[in-house]
Amino acid sequence: MAQIEEVSIEQYKHLVSERALTGETMLLNMGPQHPSTHGVLRLLLELDGEVIVNAIPDIGFLHTGVEKNMEAKTYQKAEVMCDRLDYMNTVGNNLSYCLAVEKLVDLDVPERAQAIRVVLTELQRIASHLVWVGTFGLDLAAMSMFLYAFRERELILDILELCSGQRMMTTYIRPGGLWRDVPVEFEAAVRNFIKIFPKRVDEYENLLTKNPIFLDRLLGIGKLTKETALSHGVTGPSLRASGVNWDLRKARPYSGYEQYDFNVPVRTEGDTYARYLVRIQEFRESLKIVEQALNKLPMGPVRSDNRKFVPPPRSEIGVSMESLIHHFKLWTEGFPAPKASIYSAVESPRGELGVYLEGDGGPKPYRVHWRTPSFDNLSVIPKIVKGHLVADLVGILASIDIVLGDIDR
Amino acid sequence: MSVLEPVVELVRGLGQTFRYLFDRPVTYQYPEQKREVRPRFRGRHVLKRYDNGLEKCIGCSLCAAACPADAIFVEASENTDEKRFSPGERYASTYEINMLRCIYCGFCEDACPTEAIVLGDNYELSFTDRRSAIYPKEMLLEPVPTVDMTTPRKVETGVYKRSVPEMKDPTD
Ligand code: SF4
Ligand code: SF4
Repeated sequence: MAQIEEVSIEQYKHLVSERALTGETMLLNMGPQHPSTHGVLRLLLELDGEVIVNAIPDIGFLHTGVEKNMEAKTYQKAEVMCDRLDYMNTVGNNLSYCLAVEKLVDLDVPERAQAIRVVLTELQRIASHLVWVGTFGLDLAAMSMFLYAFRERELILDILELCSGQRMMTTYIRPGGLWRDVPVEFEAAVRNFIKIFPKRVDEYENLLTKNPIFLDRLLGIGKLTKETALSHGVTGPSLRASGVNWDLRKARPYSGYEQYDFNVPVRTEGDTYARYLVRIQEFRESLKIVEQALNKLPMGPVRSDNRKFVPPPRSEIGVSMESLIHHFKLWTEGFPAPKASIYSAVESPRGELGVYLEGDGGPKPYRVHWRTPSFDNLSVIPKIVKGHLVADLVGILASIDIVLGDIDR
Repeated sequence: MSVLEPVVELVRGLGQTFRYLFDRPVTYQYPEQKREVRPRFRGRHVLKRYDNGLEKCIGCSLCAAACPADAIFVEASENTDEKRFSPGERYASTYEINMLRCIYCGFCEDACPTEAIVLGDNYELSFTDRRSAIYPKEMLLEPVPTVDMTTPRKVETGVYKRSVPEMKDPTD
């Protein structure tokens, strides 16, 4: 049997206040197995009665070695790892990885593929925010919110299954374009979603936005100032709720985002309620982008025809020796990338999701590093929960929208 | 804000949930009632056969090379016209997929040059031990179209020489 190590307060001396040493305040573990920490996150709380004096996040329980694993695979095969990173934003992860690879090897992506990428990542953003609003409601005891949000998310997951054959781990976006073109039912399914979803958002707002209990628990709670947010590298809706207008889709457009007309919701209050409002508003803005992209979906190929990087279509394999050779070579050896390092970032539902790739001339990346938004966003938690009640911590943590797969990698 | 407003808001929210009492449920009573999967669904693998019953798999191991999870093991042996399994020179004498390792990414299907391995629509995979999660060729291979088309079988000499067939681009 494993030895259970006894921990003493001495080990935590540097993290907690003086009062904890004398026993005046209490140390309490929240997590790693706790329904409100949204994954396996442990928070070591120093409490004065119900009031939080200190909160120390302890991460790493979900460490899966994604980055190292990717370094052991060819560029093409490594992509499956990034689906498993932030499991609420799989399409966005694929997009950020593929953009990075495309930048590294200088690969072009057809227009149609870009537009479909935008449609799917925006749908995925909505799905991610749906999970967020559902669990946020659940944490604040609004149970029906959870059920409604998951009902709508199902429609999006169905669209993803339609395209890629998987509801979550899609691997649909590939370096150089997409896996295959979207099926014929795709457009109708997305249009159907565009039609019903705005009404559903109204329903959520009916339930939550002005609900007095909800307001009581959110207004003025977990205030994140602009300065703290910027100094901790907070990005995404949490940053925009603190009055900073920073969205990579506007600031550093990729995949043709500059063609679409949408607003970036910004609030200045910086509290939990502002973060809620920003995300609700993002539902509507994302839907706008989806609709625009769908309306001008160009026809044409969905993958680059550069045979050095993209496997040939199936119809060529049986008739052309050259294609067969390319096919075998790409699936066994992969394609070499130049000796260079690049960073490319996209706006994920949680903030700036960046990937750093370093090629060493071979078919496998020498180094992969993910700059994940949840990791940076979590770092402000100790700053903003001080002085609040334990019950509020649950709401604050939920409002930051962390995904542990994204933090621990 | 008037004193009444919070009450109005509460009633509004309650009304919202109340309305759904009379709506059709969106849930499925699994396992009695199953949701149909989409045509592209990536579930348990199937090893396909040609219409004449010969196996499509030529034992080239490309699926095993493409698999990011190293879930596939292939061992190839020689075909003869006396004992023919598949067109061409070789066939897979051992073909195993470890369903616990597999992540259902579909790369094997993409890589296979003969459309032999295909991800089917069965998602109800359960095992009681690790050993039984390794599916051998017998479990993966689809049944023969008619009883006389079993493999290996004796065929006319010199007909089945071509291992990679002509194929169409997949549409769904
Ligand atoms: S689906 Fe993916 S993980 Fe599973 S056997 Fe095929 S290539 Fe390997
Ligand atoms: S299934 Fe396809 S790729 Fe795998 S060994 Fe057989 S023919 Fe080759």
